[in-house]
Amino acid sequence: MLYIKCPYCGLRAQKEFSYGGDATVKRPNINEEVSSEDWDNFVYMRKSPRGKHIELWQHIAGCRQWIKVQRDTATHEIFQTAKVTEEIR
Amino acid sequence: MSQPFRLNKEGLINRNKKISFTFNGKKLFGYEGDTIASALIANGIHLVGRSFKYHRPRGFFGAGVEEPNAKLQVEFNGHSEPNVNATEMELVEGLSATSQNCWPSVNFDIGAINNFLKMFFPAGFYYKTFMWPKSFWYKIYEPFIRKAAGLGVASIEKDKERYEHKFEYCDLLVTGSGPSGLASAYAAAKNGAKVILAEDKPRFGGTLLTDDVSIDNLSGKDWAEKIISELKSMPNVTVKNRSQVFGYYDHNMLVMFERVSDHLEKKSKFTPRQRLWYIRAKETILSTGSIERPIVFGNNDTPGIFLSAAAKEYMKVYGVLVGKKPLIFTNNDSAYETALEFKKNNVEPIILDTREEHSSELIDEAKSKGIDIRFSHGVIVANGYKKVKSAKIGKLNKDKNSFEKIEIVDCDCICVSGFWTPSVHLASQSGNKLKYEEKIDAFIPDKKKQHETSVGAANGSFTLEESLKHGFENGSNLSAKITETKTEISIPNVNEKKYGAHDKFWCMPLPKNENPKRFVDFQNDVSVSDIEIALREGYRSIEHVKRYTTLGMATDQGRTSNLNGLQLVSNIENKIVPEVGHTTFRPPFTPITIGTIVGREVGMEYMPTRKTPMHEWHEKNNAVFVDAGAWKRPRYYKEGNETLFEASKREAKNVRENVGICDVTTLGKIDIKGPDAAEFLNRVYTNAWMKLPIGKARYGLMLREDGIVMDDGTTTRISENHYHMTTTTAQAANVLSHLEYYLQIVWPELNVNVVSTTEQWAGAAIAGPKSRDMLSKLYPDLDVSNDALPFMGYKEADFFGVPSRIFRISFSGELAYEINVKSDHGMFMWEKMIEVGKEFGNQPYGTEALSTLRIEMGHVAGPELDGRTIPSDVSLNGLVSKKKDFIGKNSLGREAFNVESRQKIVGLIPIDRKSSIPEGSHIVQDQNAKLPNPKLGHVSSSCWSVENNNPFSLAIMKDGKNMIGKKFFAVSPLKNKSIEVEVISSHYVDPEGKRVRS
Repeated sequence: MLYIKCPYCGLRAQKEFSYGGDATVKRPNINEEVSSEDWDNFVYMRKSPRGKHIELWQHIAGCRQWIKVQRDTATHEIFQTAKVTEEIR
Repeated sequence: MSQPFRLNKEGLINRNKKISFTFNGKKLFGYEGDTIASALIANGIHLVGRSFKYHRPRGFFGAGVEEPNAKLQVEFNGHSEPNVNATEMELVEGLSATSQNCWPSVNFDIGAINNFLKMFFPAGFYYKTFMWPKSFWYKIYEPFIRKAAGLGVASIEKDKERYEHKFEYCDLLVTGSGPSGLASAYAAAKNGAKVILAEDKPRFGGTLLTDDVSIDNLSGKDWAEKIISELKSMPNVTVKNRSQVFGYYDHNMLVMFERVSDHLEKKSKFTPRQRLWYIRAKETILSTGSIERPIVFGNNDTPGIFLSAAAKEYMKVYGVLVGKKPLIFTNNDSAYETALEFKKNNVEPIILDTREEHSSELIDEAKSKGIDIRFSHGVIVANGYKKVKSAKIGKLNKDKNSFEKIEIVDCDCICVSGFWTPSVHLASQSGNKLKYEEKIDAFIPDKKKQHETSVGAANGSFTLEESLKHGFENGSNLSAKITETKTEISIPNVNEKKYGAHDKFWCMPLPKNENPKRFVDFQNDVSVSDIEIALREGYRSIEHVKRYTTLGMATDQGRTSNLNGLQLVSNIENKIVPEVGHTTFRPPFTPITIGTIVGREVGMEYMPTRKTPMHEWHEKNNAVFVDAGAWKRPRYYKEGNETLFEASKREAKNVRENVGICDVTTLGKIDIKGPDAAEFLNRVYTNAWMKLPIGKARYGLMLREDGIVMDDGTTTRISENHYHMTTTTAQAANVLSHLEYYLQIVWPELNVNVVSTTEQWAGAAIAGPKSRDMLSKLYPDLDVSNDALPFMGYKEADFFGVPSRIFRISFSGELAYEINVKSDHGMFMWEKMIEVGKEFGNQPYGTEALSTLRIEMGHVAGPELDGRTIPSDVSLNGLVSKKKDFIGKNSLGREAFNVESRQKIVGLIPIDRKSSIPEGSHIVQDQNAKLPNPKLGHVSSSCWSVENNNPFSLAIMKDGKNMIGKKFFAVSPLKNKSIEVEVISSHYVDPEGKRVRS
């Protein structure tokens, strides 16, 4: 079971979180024209890297905040966690 | 009542307390502190089971977790448990053990005929034999394999015991209380660290209990006792025996299995049987020790053959002799300690040492005590069927592959030692890549992967001095990093015997023309020839050899067989062992009960039960409940002998004719507040929300970004910046997360807050033509006329003294209202409604009637919004704005979503107007067409229309409304039904929606 550091609550067990997918995908702006290709990329296309991956988790059984987690998909090592408004480099 | 193999004094058992038990029906006794194994051996019983494949007689081989053979069906404390390791299970009064895998009895087992047919059971036997004909699989092969395989019998009784889960954290977790574990725990505890010390066995001390050593002039056992009692007195230390750490998971999460009360005769009501600990440790010391491995020789599975350390443990811990005429067969010095222990108890052993004559501290001591030592010797084959009677031994030539001399010696047991294998399971599970250590011919942990530090024998250090030193150092250093305190500890003086070098010798050759079975893996009956066959047939990867031969795949996970298997493969392949590699170590280390994994999450505790504030009333009034997620909802209220069908028809009819009330508390409710709330709703829902006036509700539809309908519900504008959203019961949690996602991540610039208020409000729907009359009685001071409170209107009013919200919304398609009061007032509201409603013929209705009402109105719900439909599929395209953007809008333009023939919602009625159409039926043109019959759609929801008094269904069907008027078949192979149906509009009742506006 992963041990995830919520930037608001501190280290908590994975049980308290739910997974939310790739955090680097950016939704096209509302009310703006978007090409079919860009839209399809946003809705469907995801990379499945072996290694570092920045992803979203929600602390559903805690503060209910969505957070960013940089995790190694092969080893599950977590390098960094951040608020969604913060950047992970 | 005498025990022929019990020593007079030796051992740590309590001779003052006798324990009686039975084995295969025979009454026996042992002492407190015995295992089933030690008590049986004391009674001279060695034949305890039959082997897996050949049904060969098997006895005990080890004295603990390494035991491959002695798995028994054990009944105790009201349980019956299969595959219990006799060498681990402690004796309790009244315990009854029976042998497994034998019929009619362990002494005379019919299945043993397999032993004489063994040429027909080579490696891969199952793969080769049960391939054809294909039709034989279900009826002949599978039942045969099922009957032949497996060992014990699982109980079919409900497990009445209590199991628990516990969550714990610590600075340092120490797994194993041998010398290195004790030293680590002690040093860390002295540094003030929070320490958990776990010991699998009932007694602490590990090898200190059996080795002839002294520490600071105390015996190993006394030193261990001293350290343990000191640790127990420290508030920062938790010391646990009968507790095995069996799994090392991600992020330093370790899981421990504690046998809390299996050894107790009596326990209090709430004492659990077993407990599972989830331990998050900052640092972990793996002091799991090592397991002796055997040398392979002919008929090496005969009862009476033991690992040499096990024989020593039976003497020193249990005061039991495994035999009175022992042969000790070894390639190293450690077995000499067993020989010396025999000698001490006046038993004369013969030592067969595969090494050439040489000298070491232990050899010299054995010599000086007059023990018969034969160098360059080994056991070729053991004689005896149900017990060892003699052994053919041979003097090896220099090449170690042929014999100078062969003779037969009498013996009643053979104690074998092929050197030591570190227990690296936990280290490997942590992700540690193991490395092969030439010096000890075994794998040891390599570079740290998580926070695991292996010490002592688990790390390949086999001397006490080294183990203690590493233990103290690592325990101290690891904990000092956490506590920032370092207490100096002087390393004690150690007195131990030095071992000489071991012999790299693992498998005894056979003389010409002799071919006895030489087992590598006892539990799965894998012999040397099986491995040879697998390699001859082209299997090269050790993982493939493992699966083909089943080497190391049994419940003992190859603890005594893996390395010998690897050595064999490397010999035949002419490769070095590290090139062959090792198979994967997986948790659990030993089998654990399903009950422990489940813990308290059974029955009522499986998941929380959500009850509405009106639940008790429903119970009192014969409600039959249905699960809606965790919620309990009344499905129908049973009157007399009514069936579900009759009751739901009565309830639904009453709504259509009079008025009914329904508990709708379970609907998801979300409070939305903030100056940008309207803008937010406008983006979330497909329809327009900017102009909804205060005091009005609106039906809304929300999509996922891929255009699929996510949920529907009404949202009401309570005040300028305050909205009340409802969701379906099932989607409540998902919708909240969805809203939070957009507010926190996508549009953080919107000033809006959302919070779930599902639990805060109790809700009741009043539906039916007489609902307005009833409402006016409930609110005598309120104008509830159609003008004052029109369809989709909202009012806040006093309900007999409590504040309430009135929504004029309808799911049933009738004139209807929904009243919300604070949850605490829910029951008050409900009872008042029942009382006031009497004169209008009001009756409560459940979810079954609710479904009927919505289906005949053509209102969609979960079965239609099934994660595959877009708004136009379910006739909701009128709610999709063309003018504004919203979540999922861009996807609606996708080509596949706009094909005319796409499956869309329709209504179905049976041609005979009588046959109910099963939900899930497939719609086909020709019921007799050849399979696969082209499927035109499926039936999503079915009901008995109370309005028209015949069955009616909703279906999602190709070409949708274009099919109206045509006839098809609804086919349900599951129910074995085929019903001719006609396609009609999905709005079967009141298609114009006049009633809700009346």
